[in-house]
Amino acid sequence: MRYALLIYDDAEVRDRTPQDERRRITASVLEVLARPNVTDWLRLQDVESATTVRHERGRALLTDGPFVDSKDYLGGFIVVEADNLDGALAVADELQGLRPWGAIEVRPVREGDQVGA
Amino acid sequence: MLEQVFRDQWGRVVASLVGFLGDIELAEDVAQEAFATAAERWPRDGDPVNPTGWLIATARHRAIDRIRRERTLAVKTEQLERDLRDRSEETMDETATFADERLELIFTCCHPALALDAQVGLTLRTLGGLATEEIARAFIVPFETMSKRLTRAKHKIRDAGIPFAVPPDHLLPERLDAVLAVVYLIFNEGWGGGRVDLSAEAIRLGRCLIELMPDEAEAHSLLALMLIDHARTAARFRGGELVLLDDQDRSLWDQQQIEEGRGLLERALALQGSGMGGTYLIQAAIADLHLRQPRDWEEIALLYQCL
Repeated sequence: MRYALLIYDDAEVRDRTPQDERRRITASVLEVLARPNVTDWLRLQDVESATTVRHERGRALLTDGPFVDSKDYLGGFIVVEADNLDGALAVADELQGLRPWGAIEVRPVREGDQVGA
Repeated sequence: MLEQVFRDQWGRVVASLVGFLGDIELAEDVAQEAFATAAERWPRDGDPVNPTGWLIATARHRAIDRIRRERTLAVKTEQLERDLRDRSEETMDETATFADERLELIFTCCHPALALDAQVGLTLRTLGGLATEEIARAFIVPFETMSKRLTRAKHKIRDAGIPFAVPPDHLLPERLDAVLAVVYLIFNEGWGGGRVDLSAEAIRLGRCLIELMPDEAEAHSLLALMLIDHARTAARFRGGELVLLDDQDRSLWDQQQIEEGRGLLERALALQGSGMGGTYLIQAAIADLHLRQPRDWEEIALLYQCL
């Protein structure tokens, strides 16, 4: 099965972390991303760049900012291949152990029917 | 006879079907149908030699029929059909012995990716064989709430790929803790009394655990703790009033349960070896010391410090 690991960041804590420490974290994360069970990953621009689209009375309503306005925001996602949830949780656990902020949400990828609401 | 078979075999039958079908909802449905068929046939045709095998084989046939009818069913139909063809006749034969897969099912139901209340409900439903109404009543929630909770959990197990397996060694201690916590929570929920007898249900689950994991000290300790506590049930209330330990009528204590608990506690200590005792071992030891006279307060205080 494929699982999406949604990487939540906390900019405040991240920015407080010293440069060389952040570089070290990035290097360790890149090591994990280079493994064969990681099939895809994307890093997103900071949350200030997000726009949310809603529909109200048949018309698009755009708001500046992420969908959920909280301190933690979606910073990127990684797609991993695993036999079951425990396999995906192990990767998430390892990654989260590398960074002193945020959280990782693990979601199974819906395969097959690509179209759907 | 059938009622007893249901109580004893439901968990085994469901576990075997989940292992075979990979879908708890379908497994429960066809298990139910197999038990209903048994209720109709056994009184007429006589009991089968191997009731468990009969139930599992009958339920498997039902499942296959249903999958063929509803091709859109959300299980991997093709794969399953191939598996079914590959498996030789004997696996479908009611006289075959089926592996006991209850342990796999327990670890699935108590997976920490499920909400705790869902873990508890699902364990009681799939392993204990309690009806959804009974579980709802026991936890004082509306039937619809419990029903939704169970359905959601079963869907998450299927969609998120929660494994149907005994966890590997490096995950086992943590996952076993989760299983024991669910059983103990069920036990403690039973103290309310009057409703569904959850304490007895928890003890049944505890017995099942030590049968399946004969070398786990904490599983033995938990069962010891539950038995030693449960032995005093009859003495705990008088005319609806709670009676404290020192005022209890000791002749109402169930000596057999206390002895069984003590035997398990000894076994747990032997399994534990020289390592640090787990929390259930310490709690069971404390529960045991409280029943002895005179009470060894010093030892009790010492054990409390270990908790």
